[in-house]
Amino acid sequence: MVDTRVNLCGITLDNPVIPASGTFGYGHEFAACYDINCLGTFSCKGTTLQPRFGNPTPRIAECPAGMLNAVGLQNPGVEAVIAEELPKLKACFHKPIIANVSGFSVEEYAQTCRLLNAQPQVGWLEVNISCPNVHGGGMSFGTDPHAAAEVVKAVKAVTTKPVIVKLSPNVTDIVAIAKACEQAGADGVSLINTLLGMRFDLKTKRPVLANGTGGLSGPAVFPVAVRMVYQVAQAVSIPVVGMGGVSSAEDVLEMMLAGAVAVQVGAANLVDPFACKTIVDDLPRVMERYQITSLQQLSGGANHG
Amino acid sequence: MMKDVVLTVTENRPLTPYVYQMELQGDVSAIAAPGQFVNLKLNGLYLRRPISVCDINGDRLTLVYKVVGKGTGQMAALPAGARLQTLTGLGNGYDLAPAGEAPLLIGGGVGVPPLYWLARRLRAAGRRVQVVLGFNTRQEVFYEQNFAALGCAVTVTTADGSYGVKGFVTDALPADYTYVYTCGPEPMLRAVHKAITTGGQFSFEERMGCGFGACMGCSCQTLAGPKRICKDGPVLLKEEILW
Repeated sequence: MVDTRVNLCGITLDNPVIPASGTFGYGHEFAACYDINCLGTFSCKGTTLQPRFGNPTPRIAECPAGMLNAVGLQNPGVEAVIAEELPKLKACFHKPIIANVSGFSVEEYAQTCRLLNAQPQVGWLEVNISCPNVHGGGMSFGTDPHAAAEVVKAVKAVTTKPVIVKLSPNVTDIVAIAKACEQAGADGVSLINTLLGMRFDLKTKRPVLANGTGGLSGPAVFPVAVRMVYQVAQAVSIPVVGMGGVSSAEDVLEMMLAGAVAVQVGAANLVDPFACKTIVDDLPRVMERYQITSLQQLSGGANHG
Repeated sequence: MMKDVVLTVTENRPLTPYVYQMELQGDVSAIAAPGQFVNLKLNGLYLRRPISVCDINGDRLTLVYKVVGKGTGQMAALPAGARLQTLTGLGNGYDLAPAGEAPLLIGGGVGVPPLYWLARRLRAAGRRVQVVLGFNTRQEVFYEQNFAALGCAVTVTTADGSYGVKGFVTDALPADYTYVYTCGPEPMLRAVHKAITTGGQFSFEERMGCGFGACMGCSCQTLAGPKRICKDGPVLLKEEILW
Protein backbone atom coordinates (compact mmCIF):
# COMPACT_ATOMS: atom_id res chain seq x y z
CA MET A 1 0.00 0.00 0.00
CA VAL A 2 1.29 3.43 -0.89
CA ASP A 3 0.37 6.63 0.91
CA THR A 4 -0.69 9.37 -1.51
CA ARG A 5 -1.59 11.86 1.20
CA VAL A 6 0.21 15.19 1.41
CA ASN A 7 -0.01 18.18 3.71
CA LEU A 8 -0.60 21.59 2.23
CA CYS A 9 -0.15 24.38 4.78
CA GLY A 10 -1.61 22.31 7.60
CA ILE A 11 -4.49 20.69 5.70
CA THR A 12 -4.14 17.05 4.65
CA LEU A 13 -5.02 16.22 1.04
CA ASP A 14 -5.92 12.66 -0.01
CA ASN A 15 -3.51 13.11 -2.89
CA PRO A 16 -1.42 15.96 -4.34
CA VAL A 17 -3.47 16.38 -7.54
CA ILE A 18 -5.07 19.82 -7.85
CA PRO A 19 -6.68 21.18 -11.03
CA ALA A 20 -5.21 24.62 -11.64
CA SER A 21 -7.17 27.84 -11.63
CA GLY A 22 -8.69 28.81 -14.96
CA THR A 23 -8.72 25.28 -16.34
CA PHE A 24 -11.46 23.87 -14.13
CA GLY A 25 -14.04 26.66 -13.92
CA TYR A 26 -15.93 26.23 -10.66
CA GLY A 27 -15.89 22.47 -11.11
CA HIS A 28 -19.34 21.90 -12.62
CA GLU A 29 -18.28 20.87 -16.13
CA PHE A 30 -15.98 18.22 -14.65
CA ALA A 31 -18.42 17.07 -11.98
CA ALA A 32 -20.65 16.10 -14.90
CA CYS A 33 -17.85 13.76 -16.12
CA TYR A 34 -16.65 12.15 -12.88
CA ASP A 35 -16.83 12.43 -9.10
CA ILE A 36 -14.44 15.32 -8.51
CA ASN A 37 -14.13 14.36 -4.83
CA CYS A 38 -11.30 12.06 -5.96
CA LEU A 39 -9.13 15.18 -6.31
CA GLY A 40 -6.84 16.47 -3.58
CA THR A 41 -8.65 19.77 -3.95
CA PHE A 42 -9.00 22.23 -6.81
CA SER A 43 -8.25 25.87 -7.46
CA CYS A 44 -11.29 27.86 -8.57
CA LYS A 45 -11.43 30.17 -11.55
CA GLY A 46 -9.55 33.38 -10.72
CA THR A 47 -11.88 35.78 -8.95
CA THR A 48 -11.76 39.57 -8.84
CA LEU A 49 -13.68 42.13 -6.82
CA GLN A 50 -15.73 43.27 -9.83
CA PRO A 51 -17.18 41.07 -12.60
CA ARG A 52 -14.90 40.87 -15.64
CA PHE A 53 -15.66 39.81 -19.20
CA GLY A 54 -11.97 39.55 -20.05
CA ASN A 55 -10.25 40.10 -23.38
CA PRO A 56 -11.72 40.10 -26.88
CA THR A 57 -11.54 36.84 -28.86
CA PRO A 58 -9.61 35.00 -30.24
CA ARG A 59 -8.25 34.22 -26.79
CA ILE A 60 -6.71 30.84 -27.61
CA ALA A 61 -3.88 29.78 -29.92
CA GLU A 62 -2.40 26.37 -30.62
CA CYS A 63 1.33 25.83 -30.02
CA PRO A 64 3.69 22.90 -30.34
CA ALA A 65 2.98 20.80 -27.22
CA GLY A 66 0.87 23.49 -25.66
CA MET A 67 -1.36 26.51 -26.04
CA LEU A 68 -1.49 30.25 -25.55
CA ASN A 69 -4.39 31.84 -23.72
CA ALA A 70 -5.34 35.45 -23.20
CA VAL A 71 -8.68 35.01 -21.44
CA GLY A 72 -8.03 37.97 -19.17
CA LEU A 73 -9.59 36.76 -15.92
CA GLN A 74 -13.19 36.45 -17.03
CA ASN A 75 -15.24 35.87 -13.87
CA PRO A 76 -18.58 36.97 -12.40
CA GLY A 77 -16.98 38.89 -9.52
CA VAL A 78 -16.53 37.82 -5.90
CA GLU A 79 -20.10 38.56 -4.81
CA ALA A 80 -21.58 36.31 -7.49
CA VAL A 81 -18.99 33.64 -6.76
CA ILE A 82 -20.03 33.62 -3.10
CA ALA A 83 -23.76 33.89 -3.81
CA GLU A 84 -24.00 31.45 -6.74
CA GLU A 85 -20.90 29.41 -7.54
CA LEU A 86 -19.88 28.26 -4.06
CA PRO A 87 -23.39 27.06 -3.06
CA LYS A 88 -23.64 25.14 -6.36
CA LEU A 89 -20.20 23.65 -5.77
CA LYS A 90 -21.21 22.45 -2.30
CA ALA A 91 -23.50 19.91 -3.96
CA CYS A 92 -20.68 18.19 -5.87
CA PHE A 93 -17.45 18.84 -3.93
CA HIS A 94 -17.10 18.16 -0.23
CA LYS A 95 -13.49 19.13 0.46
CA PRO A 96 -11.99 22.54 1.16
CA ILE A 97 -11.20 24.43 -2.05
CA ILE A 98 -8.48 26.85 -3.06
CA ALA A 99 -9.97 30.28 -3.81
CA ASN A 100 -7.84 31.96 -6.48
CA VAL A 101 -7.86 35.75 -6.32
CA SER A 102 -6.64 38.48 -8.67
CA GLY A 103 -6.74 42.22 -8.37
CA PHE A 104 -5.78 45.57 -9.83
CA SER A 105 -4.71 47.23 -6.61
CA VAL A 106 -3.45 46.10 -3.22
CA GLU A 107 -6.79 47.11 -1.70
CA GLU A 108 -8.72 45.03 -4.23
CA TYR A 109 -6.68 41.92 -3.47
CA ALA A 110 -7.26 42.44 0.24
CA GLN A 111 -10.99 43.05 -0.07
CA THR A 112 -11.62 40.04 -2.32
CA CYS A 113 -9.51 37.79 -0.07
CA ARG A 114 -11.31 39.02 3.03
CA LEU A 115 -14.69 38.09 1.54
CA LEU A 116 -13.52 34.66 0.40
CA ASN A 117 -11.66 33.97 3.65
CA ALA A 118 -15.05 34.11 5.41
CA GLN A 119 -16.45 31.25 3.30
CA PRO A 120 -16.36 27.89 5.13
CA GLN A 121 -15.72 26.01 1.85
CA VAL A 122 -12.48 27.91 1.28
CA GLY A 123 -9.45 26.11 2.69
CA TRP A 124 -6.70 28.22 1.16
CA LEU A 125 -6.40 31.52 -0.67
CA GLU A 126 -4.24 31.50 -3.76
CA VAL A 127 -3.21 35.05 -4.56
CA ASN A 128 -2.48 35.36 -8.25
CA ILE A 129 0.13 38.05 -8.78
CA SER A 130 1.10 36.57 -12.11
CA CYS A 131 -1.69 36.84 -14.69
CA PRO A 132 0.06 37.95 -17.90
CA ASN A 133 -3.17 38.86 -19.69
CA VAL A 134 -4.49 41.90 -17.84
CA HIS A 135 -3.18 45.41 -17.86
CA GLY A 136 -2.43 47.43 -14.77
CA GLY A 137 -2.79 44.47 -12.44
CA GLY A 138 -1.98 40.78 -12.23
CA MET A 139 1.58 40.19 -13.28
CA SER A 140 2.76 43.73 -12.50
CA PHE A 141 2.55 42.74 -8.81
CA GLY A 142 4.42 39.51 -9.43
CA THR A 143 7.44 40.90 -11.23
CA ASP A 144 8.58 43.23 -8.43
CA PRO A 145 9.52 41.84 -5.00
CA HIS A 146 8.32 44.99 -3.20
CA ALA A 147 4.92 45.04 -4.92
CA ALA A 148 4.53 41.30 -4.28
CA ALA A 149 5.30 41.79 -0.60
CA GLU A 150 2.78 44.65 -0.36
CA VAL A 151 0.00 42.41 -1.69
CA VAL A 152 0.94 39.56 0.64
CA LYS A 153 1.02 41.82 3.72
CA ALA A 154 -2.34 43.38 2.87
CA VAL A 155 -3.95 39.98 2.31
CA LYS A 156 -2.43 38.42 5.43
CA ALA A 157 -3.74 41.32 7.51
CA VAL A 158 -7.37 40.47 6.65
CA THR A 159 -7.31 36.67 6.41
CA THR A 160 -6.94 33.70 8.72
CA LYS A 161 -6.58 30.91 6.17
CA PRO A 162 -3.31 29.86 4.53
CA VAL A 163 -2.25 32.28 1.80
CA ILE A 164 -0.45 30.76 -1.18
CA VAL A 165 1.05 33.23 -3.64
CA LYS A 166 0.98 32.25 -7.32
CA LEU A 167 4.18 33.36 -8.99
CA SER A 168 5.04 34.43 -12.50
CA PRO A 169 7.87 32.80 -14.45
CA ASN A 170 8.23 36.01 -16.47
CA VAL A 171 10.95 37.38 -14.21
CA THR A 172 14.73 37.35 -14.10
CA ASP A 173 14.86 35.85 -10.62
CA ILE A 174 11.80 34.00 -9.39
CA VAL A 175 13.62 33.10 -6.17
CA ALA A 176 13.81 36.77 -5.18
CA ILE A 177 10.03 37.11 -5.58
CA ALA A 178 9.38 33.89 -3.67
CA LYS A 179 11.62 35.03 -0.81
CA ALA A 180 9.92 38.43 -0.70
CA CYS A 181 6.54 36.67 -0.39
CA GLU A 182 7.84 34.39 2.35
CA GLN A 183 9.24 37.31 4.31
CA ALA A 184 5.95 39.19 3.93
CA GLY A 185 4.14 36.28 5.59
CA ALA A 186 3.00 34.02 2.76
CA ASP A 187 2.15 30.50 3.89
CA GLY A 188 3.14 28.97 0.56
CA VAL A 189 3.91 29.72 -3.05
CA SER A 190 2.57 28.12 -6.23
CA LEU A 191 4.38 28.19 -9.56
CA ILE A 192 4.53 28.61 -12.45
CA ASN A 193 1.82 30.70 -14.02
CA THR A 194 1.99 30.83 -17.83
CA LEU A 195 4.98 32.04 -19.82
CA LEU A 196 4.34 35.12 -21.91
CA GLY A 197 4.18 34.20 -25.59
CA MET A 198 2.90 35.30 -28.99
CA ARG A 199 1.93 33.88 -32.40
CA PHE A 200 1.27 35.46 -35.76
CA ASP A 201 -1.15 34.24 -38.42
CA LEU A 202 0.62 34.06 -41.79
CA LYS A 203 -2.68 34.53 -43.65
CA THR A 204 -3.78 37.71 -41.88
CA LYS A 205 -0.23 38.88 -40.99
CA ARG A 206 -1.59 39.72 -37.56
CA PRO A 207 -1.22 38.23 -34.06
CA VAL A 208 -3.43 35.17 -33.59
CA LEU A 209 -4.64 36.47 -30.23
CA ALA A 210 -6.77 39.61 -30.14
CA ASN A 211 -4.76 40.62 -27.06
CA GLY A 212 -1.52 40.24 -29.02
CA THR A 213 0.29 38.25 -26.36
CA GLY A 214 -0.89 35.40 -24.17
CA GLY A 215 0.30 32.85 -21.63
CA LEU A 216 1.95 29.61 -22.75
CA SER A 217 0.96 26.42 -20.94
CA GLY A 218 1.00 22.70 -21.62
CA PRO A 219 3.80 20.10 -21.79
CA ALA A 220 6.05 22.64 -23.56
CA VAL A 221 6.60 24.51 -20.29
CA PHE A 222 7.07 21.48 -18.00
CA PRO A 223 10.92 21.54 -17.84
CA VAL A 224 10.91 25.28 -17.15
CA ALA A 225 8.39 24.73 -14.36
CA VAL A 226 10.37 21.87 -12.81
CA ARG A 227 13.52 24.01 -12.83
CA MET A 228 11.78 26.98 -11.17
CA VAL A 229 10.05 24.79 -8.57
CA TYR A 230 13.43 23.27 -7.74
CA GLN A 231 15.13 26.66 -7.39
CA VAL A 232 12.35 28.10 -5.23
CA ALA A 233 12.00 24.97 -3.06
CA GLN A 234 15.74 25.14 -2.34
CA ALA A 235 15.48 28.77 -1.26
CA VAL A 236 12.32 29.00 0.86
CA SER A 237 11.02 27.05 3.84
CA ILE A 238 7.30 27.45 3.07
CA PRO A 239 5.50 24.81 0.97
CA VAL A 240 5.81 25.03 -2.81
CA VAL A 241 2.94 23.96 -5.07
CA GLY A 242 4.31 22.95 -8.47
CA MET A 243 2.55 23.41 -11.78
CA GLY A 244 3.25 23.93 -15.45
CA GLY A 245 2.59 21.32 -18.12
CA VAL A 246 1.86 18.48 -15.70
CA SER A 247 -0.02 15.81 -17.66
CA SER A 248 0.60 12.45 -15.99
CA ALA A 249 1.22 10.73 -12.65
CA GLU A 250 4.90 10.55 -13.64
CA ASP A 251 4.94 14.33 -14.08
CA VAL A 252 3.39 14.73 -10.61
CA LEU A 253 6.17 12.65 -9.05
CA GLU A 254 8.84 14.53 -10.99
CA MET A 255 7.44 17.85 -9.79
CA MET A 256 7.49 16.53 -6.21
CA LEU A 257 11.10 15.37 -6.58
CA ALA A 258 11.87 18.96 -7.52
CA GLY A 259 10.42 20.02 -4.17
CA ALA A 260 6.68 20.53 -4.64
CA VAL A 261 4.45 19.36 -1.78
CA ALA A 262 1.40 19.34 -4.07
CA VAL A 263 0.93 19.65 -7.81
CA GLN A 264 -1.52 21.53 -9.96
CA VAL A 265 -2.68 20.33 -13.36
CA GLY A 266 -3.77 22.98 -15.85
CA ALA A 267 -3.93 22.77 -19.63
CA ALA A 268 -4.24 18.96 -19.56
CA ASN A 269 -7.81 19.37 -18.25
CA LEU A 270 -8.74 21.24 -21.40
CA VAL A 271 -7.64 18.59 -23.89
CA ASP A 272 -8.84 15.70 -21.72
CA PRO A 273 -11.60 16.44 -19.20
CA PHE A 274 -10.68 13.19 -17.42
CA ALA A 275 -6.97 14.09 -17.12
CA CYS A 276 -6.97 14.68 -13.34
CA LYS A 277 -9.05 11.59 -12.60
CA THR A 278 -6.65 9.51 -14.70
CA ILE A 279 -3.66 10.96 -12.83
CA VAL A 280 -5.28 10.25 -9.45
CA ASP A 281 -6.11 6.68 -10.54
CA ASP A 282 -2.61 6.08 -11.95
CA LEU A 283 -0.68 7.56 -9.04
CA PRO A 284 -0.54 4.53 -6.66
CA ARG A 285 0.55 2.18 -9.46
CA VAL A 286 3.23 4.58 -10.71
CA MET A 287 4.46 5.12 -7.13
CA GLU A 288 4.82 1.36 -6.72
CA ARG A 289 6.72 1.11 -9.99
CA TYR A 290 9.30 3.58 -8.65
CA GLN A 291 9.31 2.14 -5.10
CA ILE A 292 7.79 5.27 -3.62
CA THR A 293 5.71 4.45 -0.56
CA SER A 294 4.94 7.92 0.76
CA LEU A 295 4.56 11.17 -1.09
CA GLN A 296 5.24 13.28 1.97
CA GLN A 297 8.67 11.70 2.26
CA LEU A 298 9.28 12.13 -1.46
CA SER A 299 8.67 15.84 -1.57
CA GLY A 300 10.21 16.87 1.69
CA GLY A 301 6.63 17.78 2.56
CA ALA A 302 7.34 16.41 6.04
CA ASN A 303 9.67 19.34 6.60
CA HIS A 304 7.21 21.82 5.24
CA GLY A 305 4.02 20.44 6.81
CA MET B 1 -23.94 14.89 -21.29
CA MET B 2 -20.61 14.77 -23.10
CA LYS B 3 -18.71 11.52 -23.65
CA ASP B 4 -15.10 10.91 -24.65
CA VAL B 5 -15.17 8.03 -27.14
CA VAL B 6 -13.06 6.44 -29.87
CA LEU B 7 -14.68 6.65 -33.29
CA THR B 8 -13.51 4.79 -36.40
CA VAL B 9 -13.37 6.50 -39.78
CA THR B 10 -15.33 4.47 -42.32
CA GLU B 11 -15.20 6.89 -45.24
CA ASN B 12 -13.53 10.23 -46.00
CA ARG B 13 -13.94 11.90 -49.38
CA PRO B 14 -13.88 15.37 -50.95
CA LEU B 15 -17.18 17.04 -51.88
CA THR B 16 -15.46 20.11 -53.38
CA PRO B 17 -11.76 21.01 -53.70
CA TYR B 18 -11.64 22.02 -50.00
CA VAL B 19 -14.70 20.50 -48.33
CA TYR B 20 -14.62 16.87 -47.17
CA GLN B 21 -17.20 14.47 -45.84
CA MET B 22 -16.08 12.03 -43.14
CA GLU B 23 -18.15 9.13 -41.88
CA LEU B 24 -17.34 7.77 -38.43
CA GLN B 25 -18.67 4.82 -36.49
CA GLY B 26 -18.88 4.26 -32.74
CA ASP B 27 -20.70 5.39 -29.62
CA VAL B 28 -22.35 8.63 -30.67
CA SER B 29 -25.13 8.36 -28.09
CA ALA B 30 -24.10 11.61 -26.38
CA ILE B 31 -25.02 13.62 -29.46
CA ALA B 32 -28.54 14.82 -28.75
CA ALA B 33 -29.37 17.72 -31.05
CA PRO B 34 -28.57 19.15 -34.48
CA GLY B 35 -26.15 22.04 -34.17
CA GLN B 36 -24.01 20.30 -31.54
CA PHE B 37 -20.35 19.58 -32.27
CA VAL B 38 -17.61 17.08 -31.53
CA ASN B 39 -13.98 17.79 -30.57
CA LEU B 40 -11.39 15.60 -32.29
CA LYS B 41 -7.95 14.69 -30.91
CA LEU B 42 -5.46 14.62 -33.78
CA ASN B 43 -1.89 13.31 -33.76
CA GLY B 44 0.73 15.88 -32.84
CA LEU B 45 -1.76 18.70 -32.24
CA TYR B 46 -2.26 19.81 -28.64
CA LEU B 47 -5.76 21.24 -28.78
CA ARG B 48 -8.69 19.25 -30.09
CA ARG B 49 -10.49 20.41 -33.22
CA PRO B 50 -14.20 21.28 -32.96
CA ILE B 51 -16.32 20.15 -35.94
CA SER B 52 -20.09 20.48 -36.13
CA VAL B 53 -22.30 17.43 -36.48
CA CYS B 54 -23.72 17.14 -40.01
CA ASP B 55 -25.80 14.00 -39.51
CA ILE B 56 -26.35 11.03 -37.21
CA ASN B 57 -27.66 7.61 -38.23
CA GLY B 58 -27.61 4.96 -35.49
CA ASP B 59 -23.94 4.56 -34.57
CA ARG B 60 -22.75 6.58 -37.56
CA LEU B 61 -21.69 10.20 -37.46
CA THR B 62 -21.23 12.39 -40.54
CA LEU B 63 -18.88 15.37 -40.40
CA VAL B 64 -18.49 17.80 -43.29
CA TYR B 65 -15.48 20.07 -42.86
CA LYS B 66 -13.41 22.54 -44.81
CA VAL B 67 -9.64 22.20 -44.97
CA VAL B 68 -8.37 25.47 -43.54
CA GLY B 69 -5.23 24.56 -41.58
CA LYS B 70 -3.12 21.88 -39.93
CA GLY B 71 -5.93 20.10 -38.11
CA THR B 72 -8.41 19.87 -40.94
CA GLY B 73 -5.52 19.14 -43.32
CA GLN B 74 -4.62 16.14 -41.20
CA MET B 75 -8.28 15.08 -41.09
CA ALA B 76 -8.50 15.11 -44.89
CA ALA B 77 -5.62 12.61 -45.06
CA LEU B 78 -7.17 10.09 -42.65
CA PRO B 79 -7.92 6.73 -44.28
CA ALA B 80 -10.83 4.43 -43.50
CA GLY B 81 -10.02 2.50 -40.34
CA ALA B 82 -8.32 5.45 -38.60
CA ARG B 83 -9.43 5.84 -34.98
CA LEU B 84 -10.11 9.24 -33.43
CA GLN B 85 -10.45 10.11 -29.75
CA THR B 86 -13.54 12.30 -29.81
CA LEU B 87 -15.42 14.34 -27.24
CA THR B 88 -19.07 14.06 -28.26
CA GLY B 89 -22.29 15.82 -27.34
CA LEU B 90 -20.82 19.32 -27.04
CA GLY B 91 -22.77 22.58 -27.25
CA ASN B 92 -26.45 23.32 -26.91
CA GLY B 93 -27.60 22.67 -30.49
CA TYR B 94 -30.73 23.94 -32.20
CA ASP B 95 -34.08 23.86 -30.43
CA LEU B 96 -36.70 22.53 -32.85
CA ALA B 97 -39.70 23.59 -30.78
CA PRO B 98 -40.22 27.13 -32.16
CA ALA B 99 -39.82 26.08 -35.82
CA GLY B 100 -43.47 26.50 -36.80
CA GLU B 101 -44.96 25.10 -40.01
CA ALA B 102 -42.47 26.55 -42.50
CA PRO B 103 -39.00 27.03 -41.00
CA LEU B 104 -36.30 28.66 -43.08
CA LEU B 105 -32.74 27.28 -42.92
CA ILE B 106 -29.94 29.58 -44.09
CA GLY B 107 -26.39 28.25 -44.46
CA GLY B 108 -23.24 29.92 -45.71
CA GLY B 109 -20.23 27.89 -46.90
CA VAL B 110 -19.00 25.52 -44.24
CA GLY B 111 -21.95 26.68 -42.09
CA VAL B 112 -24.20 24.49 -44.23
CA PRO B 113 -23.44 21.06 -42.65
CA PRO B 114 -25.08 21.51 -39.21
CA LEU B 115 -28.33 22.44 -40.96
CA TYR B 116 -28.60 19.04 -42.66
CA TRP B 117 -29.57 16.90 -39.65
CA LEU B 118 -31.81 19.75 -38.53
CA ALA B 119 -33.57 19.71 -41.92
CA ARG B 120 -33.98 15.95 -41.73
CA ARG B 121 -35.51 16.19 -38.26
CA LEU B 122 -37.83 19.01 -39.28
CA ARG B 123 -38.95 17.10 -42.39
CA ALA B 124 -39.56 14.01 -40.26
CA ALA B 125 -41.80 16.21 -38.10
CA GLY B 126 -43.76 17.12 -41.22
CA ARG B 127 -42.57 20.70 -41.57
CA ARG B 128 -42.36 22.52 -44.89
CA VAL B 129 -38.62 23.31 -44.90
CA GLN B 130 -37.14 26.03 -47.08
CA VAL B 131 -33.36 26.15 -47.43
CA VAL B 132 -31.10 28.93 -48.75
CA LEU B 133 -27.45 27.96 -49.21
CA GLY B 134 -24.82 30.61 -49.98
CA PHE B 135 -21.39 30.01 -51.52
CA ASN B 136 -18.73 32.15 -53.19
CA THR B 137 -18.64 30.31 -56.49
CA ARG B 138 -19.98 27.29 -58.38
CA GLN B 139 -17.17 24.87 -57.53
CA GLU B 140 -17.73 25.42 -53.79
CA VAL B 141 -21.37 24.35 -53.86
CA PHE B 142 -22.19 21.20 -51.89
CA TYR B 143 -25.22 19.45 -50.34
CA GLU B 144 -27.84 21.10 -52.60
CA GLN B 145 -29.05 17.66 -53.71
CA ASN B 146 -28.93 16.25 -50.17
CA PHE B 147 -31.38 18.90 -48.92
CA ALA B 148 -33.54 18.52 -52.04
CA ALA B 149 -33.71 14.76 -51.47
CA LEU B 150 -35.22 15.43 -48.03
CA GLY B 151 -38.03 17.31 -49.74
CA CYS B 152 -36.77 20.79 -48.86
CA ALA B 153 -37.27 23.73 -51.22
CA VAL B 154 -33.63 24.66 -51.92
CA THR B 155 -32.24 27.91 -53.29
CA VAL B 156 -28.51 28.30 -53.91
CA THR B 157 -26.78 31.66 -54.16
CA THR B 158 -23.24 32.36 -55.35
CA ALA B 159 -21.50 35.67 -54.77
CA ASP B 160 -20.07 35.67 -58.31
CA GLY B 161 -23.29 34.47 -59.95
CA SER B 162 -21.63 31.36 -61.42
CA TYR B 163 -24.45 29.16 -60.04
CA GLY B 164 -28.00 29.78 -58.80
CA VAL B 165 -29.03 33.25 -57.71
CA LYS B 166 -26.27 35.85 -57.98
CA GLY B 167 -25.59 37.53 -54.66
CA PHE B 168 -25.79 36.64 -50.96
CA VAL B 169 -28.29 34.51 -49.04
CA THR B 170 -30.14 37.66 -48.06
CA ASP B 171 -30.83 38.31 -51.78
CA ALA B 172 -32.81 35.06 -51.99
CA LEU B 173 -34.96 34.94 -48.86
CA PRO B 174 -38.47 33.54 -49.46
CA ALA B 175 -41.50 35.67 -48.69
CA ASP B 176 -43.11 33.41 -46.10
CA TYR B 177 -41.46 31.52 -43.27
CA THR B 178 -42.28 30.90 -39.63
CA TYR B 179 -38.82 30.80 -38.05
CA VAL B 180 -35.12 30.93 -39.05
CA TYR B 181 -32.20 28.61 -38.30
CA THR B 182 -28.83 29.75 -39.59
CA CYS B 183 -25.12 29.01 -39.53
CA GLY B 184 -22.31 30.65 -41.48
CA PRO B 185 -19.62 33.31 -41.39
CA GLU B 186 -20.27 36.22 -39.05
CA PRO B 187 -20.90 38.86 -41.77
CA MET B 188 -23.61 36.58 -43.17
CA LEU B 189 -25.16 36.01 -39.73
CA ARG B 190 -25.19 39.75 -39.19
CA ALA B 191 -26.93 40.36 -42.54
CA VAL B 192 -29.46 37.59 -41.85
CA HIS B 193 -30.13 39.02 -38.39
CA LYS B 194 -31.00 42.34 -39.99
CA ALA B 195 -33.05 40.87 -42.85
CA ILE B 196 -35.35 38.34 -41.22
CA THR B 197 -38.79 39.21 -39.90
CA THR B 198 -39.27 36.28 -37.49
CA GLY B 199 -37.39 34.89 -34.53
CA GLY B 200 -34.40 32.69 -35.14
CA GLN B 201 -31.43 30.71 -33.89
CA PHE B 202 -27.90 31.60 -35.00
CA SER B 203 -24.94 29.25 -34.74
CA PHE B 204 -21.56 30.93 -34.11
CA GLU B 205 -17.98 29.88 -34.55
CA GLU B 206 -15.08 30.83 -32.26
CA ARG B 207 -11.59 29.58 -31.59
CA MET B 208 -11.91 27.24 -28.63
CA GLY B 209 -9.64 25.85 -25.95
CA CYS B 210 -11.54 23.00 -24.34
CA GLY B 211 -14.91 22.88 -26.12
CA PHE B 212 -16.86 22.07 -22.95
CA GLY B 213 -17.07 25.28 -20.96
CA ALA B 214 -14.01 25.13 -18.72
CA CYS B 215 -11.49 27.61 -20.11
CA MET B 216 -13.57 30.68 -21.07
CA GLY B 217 -11.55 30.85 -24.29
CA CYS B 218 -14.54 31.37 -26.59
CA SER B 219 -16.72 33.76 -24.58
CA CYS B 220 -18.86 36.42 -26.20
CA GLN B 221 -21.03 39.20 -24.85
CA THR B 222 -24.79 38.83 -25.28
CA LEU B 223 -27.80 40.77 -24.08
CA ALA B 224 -28.27 37.88 -21.63
CA GLY B 225 -24.72 38.34 -20.24
CA PRO B 226 -21.44 36.64 -21.17
CA LYS B 227 -21.85 33.29 -22.91
CA ARG B 228 -19.39 30.56 -23.79
CA ILE B 229 -19.83 29.68 -27.47
CA CYS B 230 -18.81 26.07 -26.75
CA LYS B 231 -21.15 25.43 -23.84
CA ASP B 232 -23.94 28.06 -23.75
CA GLY B 233 -23.81 28.12 -27.59
CA PRO B 234 -22.86 27.66 -30.34
CA VAL B 235 -26.52 28.47 -31.01
CA LEU B 236 -27.73 31.85 -29.73
CA LEU B 237 -31.23 33.27 -29.98
CA LYS B 238 -31.80 36.19 -32.32
CA GLU B 239 -32.98 38.43 -29.51
CA GLU B 240 -29.91 37.90 -27.28
CA ILE B 241 -27.21 38.53 -29.89
CA LEU B 242 -25.06 41.60 -29.39
CA TRP B 243 -23.10 42.50 -32.56
